[in-house]
Amino acid sequence: MQIYLPIAEVSVNAFLLFGIGGMVGILSGMFGVGGGFLMTPLLFFIGIPPAVAVATGANQIVASSVSGVLAHLRRRSVDIKMGMVLQGGGLVGASIGVAIFNYLKSLGQVDLFVTLCYVIFLGIVGGLMFIESVNALRKSKRGVVPKRKQRGWVHSLPFKVRFRTSGLYISVIPPIAVGVLVGILTAVMGVGGGFIMVPAMIYILGMPTKVVVGTSLFQIITVTAFTTMLHATTNYTVDIVLAVFLLVGGVFGAQIGTRIGTYLKAEQLRILLALLVLSVCGKLGLDLLLTPDELFSIAAAGESR
Amino acid sequence: MIRLLPVLLVCLLAATGLRTAQAQEEVVLGLSQNRVAITADFDGSEILIFGAVKRETPIPRDEPLEVIITVSGPSSPVMVRRKEKKLGIWVNVDSVLVDSAPSFYAVATSGPFDSVLSDTEDLRHRVSIERAIRSVGAAMNIRGAQEFADAVVRIREEDGLYSLRPSTVAVDEQTLFRTAIEMPSNLTEGAYTTRVLLTRGREVVSAFETEIDVRKVGLERFLYALSRKKPFVYGIMSLVIAVLAGWGASAAFQLLRDR
Repeated sequence: MQIYLPIAEVSVNAFLLFGIGGMVGILSGMFGVGGGFLMTPLLFFIGIPPAVAVATGANQIVASSVSGVLAHLRRRSVDIKMGMVLQGGGLVGASIGVAIFNYLKSLGQVDLFVTLCYVIFLGIVGGLMFIESVNALRKSKRGVVPKRKQRGWVHSLPFKVRFRTSGLYISVIPPIAVGVLVGILTAVMGVGGGFIMVPAMIYILGMPTKVVVGTSLFQIITVTAFTTMLHATTNYTVDIVLAVFLLVGGVFGAQIGTRIGTYLKAEQLRILLALLVLSVCGKLGLDLLLTPDELFSIAAAGESR
Repeated sequence: MIRLLPVLLVCLLAATGLRTAQAQEEVVLGLSQNRVAITADFDGSEILIFGAVKRETPIPRDEPLEVIITVSGPSSPVMVRRKEKKLGIWVNVDSVLVDSAPSFYAVATSGPFDSVLSDTEDLRHRVSIERAIRSVGAAMNIRGAQEFADAVVRIREEDGLYSLRPSTVAVDEQTLFRTAIEMPSNLTEGAYTTRVLLTRGREVVSAFETEIDVRKVGLERFLYALSRKKPFVYGIMSLVIAVLAGWGASAAFQLLRDR
């Protein structure tokens, strides 16, 4: 069944979209990430114009995050105060990100920048997570109880605030900085930023793992909603039909993924996620290094505003 | 007055003579459809183009009649960029603005392209794919500006947007002709100019032009128009749908779990 997408102006197979949405949904349910970092490259691959893929990806993440947050709210594993602080930073970051995105588009370097962002961030996050989780797995086998460092440079900064749900008393600067960074990534890469937000909350802010996923999803809603609006009003690139097909697949996948996730240990999950992140990173990196089949690319001249 | 009459008569004869010479052979065209509606399940379209040659005089004996049919989508400027290896990675290094390139272009002919149209006539009527693209403004400081125009043709040919289909127009008795033009699913909206050129001895003897209207209809039309005219409303609508879908999924699975 072919579906003509009104904004992307291409016709794609509806089942392919369900499949992509479902597959990404399974992974996001398993690992508690939005899955945007997989979704956007997959959309490029099936021929959706990059600008539409990035903007629509943001809209789709709104849906999956709402679904996830509702589940977490019932379990009271959302630190709303921390989420608000992250959101403040996130909105600033998203505005900066859309400005960067439009500037790079006028230079014709947006594809390169987006790909470089992916390679760098996925490489760093995947690598760190892999090393950390392998170590944790080894320690737990030896029977040593893993102990997280509670005091670091983060705790010596001013403007301390108490975050009750997370059981933290830290400066607001690191959460705002993390929010800004993730906001920029959301706008430029069309991702929710979960893959960078989750490790940042655990390792930089020192938040307990049980509230991390819910809080991350909570702040992602606002940032991706804001990004969707910015893309919709400045670039006209949000394809609502594409978003609907992806999110229908996505919400079902997420529920299946959550079930699979309960059968695996936390360390095993983290190793799998790390491997997944690293393989996407490797694929994108190779594309930059290998000679492309087609050296030329074309774009509508109107896009280079 | 009496002296003037023959002059007038000669003028009149010359005028009618000219007209008959110009319109010795005229095209009467039919289309299977003169509009293409892009609906939600649009999956390409095939348009049957057929017609007859109307003439008052007997069929000229010298050269056989050949028919060229072109269908051309709305033209727009296109930015072409070229990649080069810099610091070990492939980046876009230079770009050329091709002034005008049709979004879709198909040429169907009744014989091999070179034997139905001469190069001069091709230049005048812009028939071949290369000639249909215009890039006057290409900066001369970029080496191989022609390469960029060629790239547009190559990329769009691969996407099935540009095609040359020689010997696909059937001509019967030098009078009736017909062909089918396939249009891919990734069409853009607009007026698609359809031209019919009649040639003899590689020269154009008659030309006819009409338009096929390609439009998004129904939901597609509504969403596209909304996204351009009321982007704020469209954005809010996208978000509401996303939030409702997220909430709906959560509620549905909650119900399933409670059972």
